[in-house]
Amino acid sequence: MTATENAADAYAAERDTTEGRVYTVTGGDWDELVASVDPVSEERLIVNLGPQHPSTHGVLRLVCELEGETVRSVRPIVGYLHTGIEKNLEYRNWTQGTTFVTRADYLAPIFNETAYCLAVEKLLGITVPRRADVIRVIMMELNRISSHLVALATTGMELGALSMMIYGFRDREKILDIFEAVCGLRMNMAYVRPGGVAQDLPREGIKMIREFVDYMPQGLDDYEGLLTGNAIWQERTQGVAYLDVSGCLALGVTGPVLRSAGLAWDLRKTMPYCGYEEYDFEVPTHNGADAWARYVVRLDEIRESLKIISQGLDKLEPGPVMVEDKKIAWPAQLALGADGMGNSLNHIRHIMSQSMEALIHHFKLVTEGFRVPAGQVYTAIEAPRGELGIHAVSDGGTRPFRVHMREPSFINLQSIPALAEGGLLADVIAGGASLDPVMGGCDR
Amino acid sequence: MSTDPTGTGASGPDDVQPVGMQRKGLFGVTDSGDTSGFGGLVQAAPTAGEIVSTPEPLGGYFDEVVAALREAHGDEITRAVVVDRGELTIHIAPDRVADVCKTMRDDESLRFELCNSVSGVDYPDQRNRLHVTYHLTSMTYRRRVRLETAVGLEHPTVQSVTEVYPTADWQERETYDMFGVVFEGHPHLTRILMPDDWEGFPQRKDYPLGGIAVEYKGAHIPPPDERRAYK
Repeated sequence: MTATENAADAYAAERDTTEGRVYTVTGGDWDELVASVDPVSEERLIVNLGPQHPSTHGVLRLVCELEGETVRSVRPIVGYLHTGIEKNLEYRNWTQGTTFVTRADYLAPIFNETAYCLAVEKLLGITVPRRADVIRVIMMELNRISSHLVALATTGMELGALSMMIYGFRDREKILDIFEAVCGLRMNMAYVRPGGVAQDLPREGIKMIREFVDYMPQGLDDYEGLLTGNAIWQERTQGVAYLDVSGCLALGVTGPVLRSAGLAWDLRKTMPYCGYEEYDFEVPTHNGADAWARYVVRLDEIRESLKIISQGLDKLEPGPVMVEDKKIAWPAQLALGADGMGNSLNHIRHIMSQSMEALIHHFKLVTEGFRVPAGQVYTAIEAPRGELGIHAVSDGGTRPFRVHMREPSFINLQSIPALAEGGLLADVIAGGASLDPVMGGCDR
Repeated sequence: MSTDPTGTGASGPDDVQPVGMQRKGLFGVTDSGDTSGFGGLVQAAPTAGEIVSTPEPLGGYFDEVVAALREAHGDEITRAVVVDRGELTIHIAPDRVADVCKTMRDDESLRFELCNSVSGVDYPDQRNRLHVTYHLTSMTYRRRVRLETAVGLEHPTVQSVTEVYPTADWQERETYDMFGVVFEGHPHLTRILMPDDWEGFPQRKDYPLGGIAVEYKGAHIPPPDERRAYK
């Protein structure tokens, strides 16, 4: 590329600012750039990573101050995926809220929905039927596996283990197929609703879950064969991005990252919800407190989730999946038809030609929604990335007065400077990936 | 708005009906189309009144927590103590938040090691309308507690707790970004989710949903509420 072409291209120019000279790197021109920088006079180099960069795990921007290859400071900048989910919730009724929160952390939609619904149910003072609780647990654990698989896959991709990416996404696909069979959608399902779940597990779905539980252990063994003994993988992750328990607690970091530092804090055990106290499972921990430990903990958590799913399937007893109270339970029923998931024809027949009251209830609930007594609650569940908390405030109306999501991605990302400063630039990527942030959740 | 950190200036169009305030009627019908009479119904906003303390004893570990806090800071530290749906809320003064948090973290009978969440709530009918809530967890005793403080628009200043709980850093920035609460002692209180030059505080109740025309590469995108009816 000649100098004149360079000047004409707005994206490849260099310019002088009050902060110093600014270069824009677009790929393939790194050698050219380094050749033009005098290493003696330019000891300190500020590199802007992202927000569009394949290895920053989404639209995360990292401003790194480098001395040679050593990172002197990292400043994470977030907000590029802010969609105003919390504000939007205030303009929709309580049931419609599930369709918004599910879009926050798009790799863990079931967790967002469940945390939100637990908050609404606590405000209402209702408990959901047992079958709904069991279905929620099964769906959450499937979702935890799919989320951890993406964590392994993307970490693998970012550290150069591209086969892991292919395998991780391949096996996640099986879970998304289960979700599709159960609720018609692969992501953002709005399946968990205040008062229960949108519809019962279909027989086909249960069959697919059983097949998956039988299949997955072999997949995990394959990943271990691929990565655990791999010298490059070990070099890239062991002793990298160290964060101990006191660091985690000060920075509010929870989830696999906290457990990788040795503290067995898992809300499923310590503050159970949805009947988790009935399930027999372990909380995997590790003493490494590094990226390697997080990898090991995530793999072990997948194994524990498989145990929980098997137990959940055994606990499934026939019964309702939505509260009996017709003034709260979402009336519309879905059914699988020839052309995919849609309105249940039985339900339409019921409201249109059998029961005037059912039609009125349907109309009132769908247009206006139910009223929730005034007050505020905080509910928290163990999402794949840590504690997902919902602070919900009601003013007694049919719409949320305020909903705040305590998003683990948002909180955990604060720890990137603590993980990465003083290390090498390549370890910033490994450290960031080991936190497994999802920007949709972080920015909401 | 960056030149006006207190945020006392107008933060949105005046004709926007705030949500969560006094409600009139049902379905928004008030003219002759209303044959039910419900259109004349007026409901006061339940969030408007003063905060009423729950009579003590509060039950469970709540009495213990409140007593330990009062022992450290005196009886006046708790402005109100509310127990609702099995959750304890302690209302405190905005200029004592960091002191209280330090006690909550370090006192041996409290040990709230983890600050889960810091966020705001806007109650437009109250004089001190901007509330900031802190959710703390004691891993030692497996307890949760909520601290709450309230400030008015003319002086929306709350003590920062970043010294006690570093995790509050980004969360206080978010609360500033969304509500315009200024955290005194925060190392770098800037916007975090909204663009740096954004005007107004989006999560306030008098700030509209949408209503802001966005300019992108010379084209003006009308606000969503002018594209569809959301009433």
